[in-house]
Amino acid sequence: MLEPFEFGFMQRAMLAAALVGGITAAIGVFVVLRRLAYIGHGLAHSIFGGAVISFVGGINFFIGASVWGAISVLMINLASRRPQIGGDAAIGIVTTAAFAIGIAVISRARTFTRDFEAALFGEILGISAQDLWITLGMVALIAVLLTLWWKPLVFITFDRAVAGAYGISINRVEAVFAFALAATVVASLQILGVTLIAAALVIPPVTARLLTDSFPRLFLVAVLVGVLTGWLGVYLSWFVDVSSGATVVLTQTAVFALALTFERLLRLRARSGARRAERLAGLERALSE
Amino acid sequence: MPPDPPDSKEALLPDPLSDPLIELSDLAVGYDGEVALRRLNLSVHRGDLIGIVGPSGCGKTSLLRALIGEVETYAGRSRRAANGGAALRIGYVPQVETVDWNFPITVEQVALLGAWRERRWTPWAGRRARRRAREVLRQLGIEPLARRPIRALSGGQQQRAFLARALISDPQLLLLDEPTSGVDIKTSHEILHELRELNAAGVTIVLTTHDLNGVASHLPRLICLGQRTILADGTAEQVLQPALLERSYGQPMLVVKRGPETYVLPVPEEAPGAHHEHDPAADDDLTVIGRNHPNA
Repeated sequence: MLEPFEFGFMQRAMLAAALVGGITAAIGVFVVLRRLAYIGHGLAHSIFGGAVISFVGGINFFIGASVWGAISVLMINLASRRPQIGGDAAIGIVTTAAFAIGIAVISRARTFTRDFEAALFGEILGISAQDLWITLGMVALIAVLLTLWWKPLVFITFDRAVAGAYGISINRVEAVFAFALAATVVASLQILGVTLIAAALVIPPVTARLLTDSFPRLFLVAVLVGVLTGWLGVYLSWFVDVSSGATVVLTQTAVFALALTFERLLRLRARSGARRAERLAGLERALSE
Repeated sequence: MPPDPPDSKEALLPDPLSDPLIELSDLAVGYDGEVALRRLNLSVHRGDLIGIVGPSGCGKTSLLRALIGEVETYAGRSRRAANGGAALRIGYVPQVETVDWNFPITVEQVALLGAWRERRWTPWAGRRARRRAREVLRQLGIEPLARRPIRALSGGQQQRAFLARALISDPQLLLLDEPTSGVDIKTSHEILHELRELNAAGVTIVLTTHDLNGVASHLPRLICLGQRTILADGTAEQVLQPALLERSYGQPMLVVKRGPETYVLPVPEEAPGAHHEHDPAADDDLTVIGRNHPNA
C-alpha cells in the first residue's frame, strides 16, 4: 500500500496532481457557474498552440503559453457576448483557431523533434523537482489572484449586468480572470495533458454543486474534491498501471457519481419522510373526528 | 462589452444641494451602436421619487442605465453632482427575470455583495458589513431567510434580497428595474411603502414600472417614454393623460378618476356597432377624465 510513497518521482507526481487538482477546481467553480464548461477543453488546445509558438520563438513556455491562453479567453468573452454567437460557438472558434496556428507552425518547422505527445496526454511521472517548484509557484500566484479579486469575481459571475452600477470595473476583472484561467491550464498541462484538463475544471465544482447551495461552501468542497482526487488518481495509477491523467479523471468521475447517488438518496428519503408525516397527520385527523 | 467608464463628456457640477444629482441634456444612448433613446433631457434632484413608464421595449431599462452611464453615449451630455469629490453611492435592483436563480448563493451572501468595497481585497466580509447585512435584512423583514438559497424565495422575497444588496452600502441614488413585477398586489403595496419610507429618509429613487395603476399613479413624478424619447415628465396627473398614453402605448387608453385614485385602462377593441352595457361616465362617483377612441 505504501509502495508508491517510496519513490521520489511518485511523491512529486502525487503532490503536483493534488496542487493542480485543487487549483483547477477553484477556477472551475467560476467556469462552471458562467456556463463555460467547455472552455477548459478549448483552452487546453489553444494553449497547445501557444506552447508551440513559444518553443519555436524561443520564449519561456510558461509565460508565452499563459499570455496566448489569456488572449484566447478574452477573445472568447468578447465573442460570446454577441447573442448571435453565444459561449459554446465562441469557444469553438477561438480555441480551434489558436490550436490550428500551433499545428501550422509545427508542420512548417519540421526541424525540431520535441515530443508533443506529453503535452497532449500528460506526463506526470516525468516531473522533476524543478517542475514541481514551478507548478507550486503558479498555483500560488493563481490562488493570490483569486483571493484578491474574489469579491468582484463572485459579483460578476452572479450578476454581470449590474456589476458596473456597483462600481466594479468589469474589464479589469475579466482580464484578471482570463489570466488566472490561462495560467491554470498552463500549470496543469504537463500533469493532465491537453485532452483531460476539461474534466478537472468541471467535475469537482459540479460535484460540489450537488451537495450545497452556499457559494463559499461550494468553493471549499470543490477544492477539497480536486485535491483529493488529484492525489488519489496518481496513487491509484501506480497499481493499475494506467496513465495518471486518465486515473485522475476517472477518480473524479467516480466521486461525481457517488455525489449524484447520495443526493438522490437524500431526496428519496425526504420524500418518504414527507409521505409518512402526511399519513400520520391524516390518521390523527381521523382519530380526532 | 460593458460601456467604457464615463468619459470627459461627463463633467462635474458644482455641489450646492439644490443642483441636480444627475442631469442629462440632449443625450442619445444605446447598445452596440444601436440608438435606444435619443434627445433625453432630464434632471434628477436629491430626494426625487421618479417612476419611468411606457410600453415593453420602449427603453425603460436603458434610461435607468443611462442615468448612471452604463450605456453607450452617442450624443449630448450627462452631468453628475460633484458629491464632495466622492463617487455617487448607487444601489441598483435588477429585473428579477434577468437573475440566475439557480446560482448557489444565500440571501445574506447576496446582500453582502453590495458591500464588496469594504475589505475589497479579502474573500470574506468584515464584521461591520455582516452586522449591516443583518440590519438591512431585518429592516426588510427577511432576516429569517438569511441562510436560505435564493432559489427558495418567493417573488416578493427575491425583490427584497436584491433591495438588501442595494441598501447595504447606504446608497444616495437607488435604481429599481420593475420592482413589482411578478409579485401579488399586497406585496407590491408593501414594496412601494418601503420605497416611500426610504425616500422620506433621503434616498433619491428612480424606478421603472409597467403597473400604471398599482405603482405609477402613486408616485409624485412620472416620466413617460415612447418613440425612443421622453414624451412627458411631470406629476402623475400631468402624465397619465389619455392622449399622451395613446402616443406612448400606441393604443387608446381610458383614464378614470375615483376619489384620489387614478385608473388607466386600455380601451377594449369593440366590434363595430356594439354598445356599452355600462358606461363608466354614467356612474356617479367615477369621473372619466378622457377617452380617446378611434370610433368616438
